[in-house]
Amino acid sequence: MSSSTTSRKKLLLMGRSGSGKSSMRSIIFSNYSALDTRRLGATIDVELSHLRFLGNMTLNLWDCGGQTVFMDNYFTSQKDHIFKMVQVLIHVFDVESKSINKDIEIFIKSLTNLQQYSPGAKVFVLLHKMDLVQIDKRQELFQIMMEKLQKISNPYHFKLIGFPTSIWDESLYKAWSQIVCSLIPNINLFNNNLIKFNSILDAEEIILFEKTTFLVISSTASIKSQQKQIENGSENHMKEPESELEELDPKRFEKISNIIKTYKQSITKLRTNFKNLIIRGSDGTNFYIDIITDNMFIMIVLKDNKEGNRSIQQQHEELLILDNIKAARKWFEKIENNE
Amino acid sequence: MEATLIPNPRDTNATILLMGLRRSGKSSICKVVFHNMQPYDTLYLESTSKPTTEQFSSLIDLSVMELPGQLNYFEPNYDSERLFSSVGALVYVIDSQDEYLNAITNLSMIIDYAYKVNPNINIEVLIHKIDGLSEDYRIDAQRDIMQRTGDELLDLGVEGVELSFYLTSIFNHSIYEAFSRIVQKLIPELPSLENMLDNLVEHSSIDKVFLFDVNSKIYVATDSSPVDIQTYEVCAEFIDITIDLDDLYVENDKNKNESNGNNNSTNHKHVRNAPTELKSISHLSNGSVLYLKEMIRGLALVALIRSDERKGMNGVEEEAHGMVETIEEIDQDQESNQEKSLTIIDYNVSLFKESLMKIWKHSKLVQADQDVPHHQQDNPHSFHE
Repeated sequence: MSSSTTSRKKLLLMGRSGSGKSSMRSIIFSNYSALDTRRLGATIDVELSHLRFLGNMTLNLWDCGGQTVFMDNYFTSQKDHIFKMVQVLIHVFDVESKSINKDIEIFIKSLTNLQQYSPGAKVFVLLHKMDLVQIDKRQELFQIMMEKLQKISNPYHFKLIGFPTSIWDESLYKAWSQIVCSLIPNINLFNNNLIKFNSILDAEEIILFEKTTFLVISSTASIKSQQKQIENGSENHMKEPESELEELDPKRFEKISNIIKTYKQSITKLRTNFKNLIIRGSDGTNFYIDIITDNMFIMIVLKDNKEGNRSIQQQHEELLILDNIKAARKWFEKIENNE
Repeated sequence: MEATLIPNPRDTNATILLMGLRRSGKSSICKVVFHNMQPYDTLYLESTSKPTTEQFSSLIDLSVMELPGQLNYFEPNYDSERLFSSVGALVYVIDSQDEYLNAITNLSMIIDYAYKVNPNINIEVLIHKIDGLSEDYRIDAQRDIMQRTGDELLDLGVEGVELSFYLTSIFNHSIYEAFSRIVQKLIPELPSLENMLDNLVEHSSIDKVFLFDVNSKIYVATDSSPVDIQTYEVCAEFIDITIDLDDLYVENDKNKNESNGNNNSTNHKHVRNAPTELKSISHLSNGSVLYLKEMIRGLALVALIRSDERKGMNGVEEEAHGMVETIEEIDQDQESNQEKSLTIIDYNVSLFKESLMKIWKHSKLVQADQDVPHHQQDNPHSFHE
């Protein structure tokens, strides 16, 4: 039973040598800090890592060393081994690379092979080391590169999804969060339950995180914007909360991932982990971060506009929310276990 | 020129002078401690040409004045006498990775001069950039520098000067530790603060408590148990995390308040929409709790509450229960106990805050009455007797 519910996903991480593939992997999945990645050496051949994600999903991450010797091997002798049964190809481009033509040549080669062996795969392109580009030029560069790459990949019928990334800010979390989310099968169930939970709590917003990586799985804001896209503005009742949320920082999810991961790392100095975090903000916003299932954390943001005796009210509210989270646990656990 | 160099005696700020030879790392220290700059970015700092001043307020207002290293302060166009007579502490930075004999000569000349002008001055020596030295060599370097400085001072005929030495590096928390000690010496209310914190610890089953300056992560006071550097680091980082998360939803709420973009001016926020103080609690999986509460004037109290002590508090009763009850019930029991002890801590902390406000008011009154520019060098005890 358990083996049939366990789904294995094969992710290829490719790109020229020195483009930062192993650094990404170490930060997202092995709790490295951006500084620690200096110590990483060159990857020899393919480095396999099996990561359990959300309990019953296993990510097989193939970190393919990018030196020409290995690359040539992938496209000739090993090509059926490497490119078979691929769910996701993540191709990393170094924005500072001197030989873009060579980079693109390899990208084309891997697309050719991918089309042959696993045509259903999703292709993600990461323009990495964006921190080395001047801030005002980043957007422009990204657009030019993406247009060019999309044009190149058109003959292979792949729709590219691109991200500008850097290990020094939260953009890396954004990219990986979307990559991993595209692999979760029962994401709609999560979304529905999250909306229900939100209607009970009347929260400003609720976000679900994966426990070990703290990648964002789902959030009320993103669900609402999805719904809005579907409805295409025909119904107006969604509009009000939407306009409220639009004022918030669009990068907040990645920032939260980043902050909480820093916190987790800092806590390891006390040789422990954290169970929950409750913040009473300076202007009446309250935050609750708590475990919701074995593999997920939930973050609830509440706006408190009530007047009167705050401290007593807050204490009651706090207990109420924590109890609500406890009650919600079993529902989310059910979804996670695919029951 | 003079106006910028000499602190105004009317100003109640206690001034810390930061001196040292050129390239000893003074600007880097300022940027890292007061501007949250990443240590690696300080490689690209330019040489400082003018004296610069950093303001920050803890229980008293402090300013840190950085002097360019390449200038000679014994030239007559600097009013060195007034400069040295008006400062509370002189921090001299020695580059431990460089040849430090020149620095020691320079230091003893400055001490000689400063001590004659202002015998109350605290003299602190940072043996800096120790991150590049091996563990054994650090101690040797410190001993060597202390020895040589002593000899030099003896040659100059200066006696009875108390020097404090610190081994520091901007790549770990040692620089914060050193600055905390230096600042603490300038705060006349320190003994009573420490007493209050000790009281808090005793009655609240707290393991360790710090009173932080939120902006710089310097701790103004702590309880009398020894400072464990790891606990300090976790507590300091806990402030960052709380403020960062809080800011995500505050700053963008433009309808209610104009965001000023300054993340760390928590007391500013207070003025704008007075009601709640920032507070955060985090339960850890080993049963400990991290606790943060905003105090007055950009200060925050951060405490680490350990689980085993709480067990001791509820003592025999709990153990007896444990024999009969199922594990789940014990869990619940512990949880409700935790709630209780947190309520107690909340209450105690708010008491602490009240007395903190009293102390602050009191110290301001004293300043106004006496109008003494360097009140901070008075005997700390004299305030409370």
